[in-house]
Amino acid sequence: MQDNLSHSDTLRGLRDGLPIGLGYFAVAFSLGITAKNAGLSPFQGFVASFLNHASAGEYALFTLIGENAAFFEVALVIFITNMRYLLMSAALSQKLSPDTPMLHRVLVGFGITDEIFGLGIAEKGRLSVRYILTAFLLADIMWSSGTFSGIVAGNILPAAVVSALSVTIYGMFLAIIIPPARKNRVILALVAVSFALSLLFSVAPLLSDLSSGTKTMVLTIAISAAAALLFPVKDEKGGRA
Amino acid sequence: MRVYIYILIAAIVSFLVRTLPLTLIRREIKSRFIRSFLFYVPYVTLAVMTFPAIVNATESPVAGVIALIVGAIMSYLGAGLFPVAVCCCLTVFIVEFFTK
Repeated sequence: MQDNLSHSDTLRGLRDGLPIGLGYFAVAFSLGITAKNAGLSPFQGFVASFLNHASAGEYALFTLIGENAAFFEVALVIFITNMRYLLMSAALSQKLSPDTPMLHRVLVGFGITDEIFGLGIAEKGRLSVRYILTAFLLADIMWSSGTFSGIVAGNILPAAVVSALSVTIYGMFLAIIIPPARKNRVILALVAVSFALSLLFSVAPLLSDLSSGTKTMVLTIAISAAAALLFPVKDEKGGRA
Repeated sequence: MRVYIYILIAAIVSFLVRTLPLTLIRREIKSRFIRSFLFYVPYVTLAVMTFPAIVNATESPVAGVIALIVGAIMSYLGAGLFPVAVCCCLTVFIVEFFTK
């Protein structure tokens, strides 16, 4: 019984990791063009992507490498662009059984990306470590291969194809947030408010100067905290255990 | 060599950001406020990152807006990650083909 369960968790991980990986490959391919311009070899691009697996963070990293920036600045910028993972990691900690071994916690944490996190919170009840790590590993290998390929073969795709591929990630985000919003009016309202304030932050003077990572962080904390005060979730839903 | 130091620094910082909360928070959080906050975080984060970024990602903003509408409707009707993503891409490709 235990074996059957693990087996199906692996298969589910592959099934859900594949579409994410395909989207990643496309996005990482265009990221590879940035890496190439910064002077990275295909191997360096593969390693950087495998270890960082964060589109905004890597875009910043490659840009800073190209500018020969100070090491401290790289650390700071990576921290800011990836700060949202602190919140995601805290949220996922509530989906794991309290007796989950330390190594499993570290591995699940290492695997956090926006999309893998999306899979994690979409799981009913406790999160299967095997499921989430399988999905992550497949997606991360495709992400790293995409960067590798982009450095080797960048600039050969027509601009129209690159433009079309660039919305892959956003389509996946929509598929994660809209179905729960349909069932829960608070989430629906939050999505609408998030869209509106995010738009405001991208056009308003001063606010639009903030980096995209900082905007995401500030808006996430402000909107989620307001929602938690106004609409505290009932225990069984809040725990999601 | 210098490139590898950059990569290593970025890798260590993002590793710590991702793993510290998961390893430090070992119990279920009791506070109703924090539980509610963490429940809402993912939806807000993903929504904030989607719009208006999807509009700025494409060559023509109109294509991004239409892809957003198509993706939202398909998701509302229950389509999965992959079909929604593919249809958003096709939407952009088709709209940009006809508006150029």
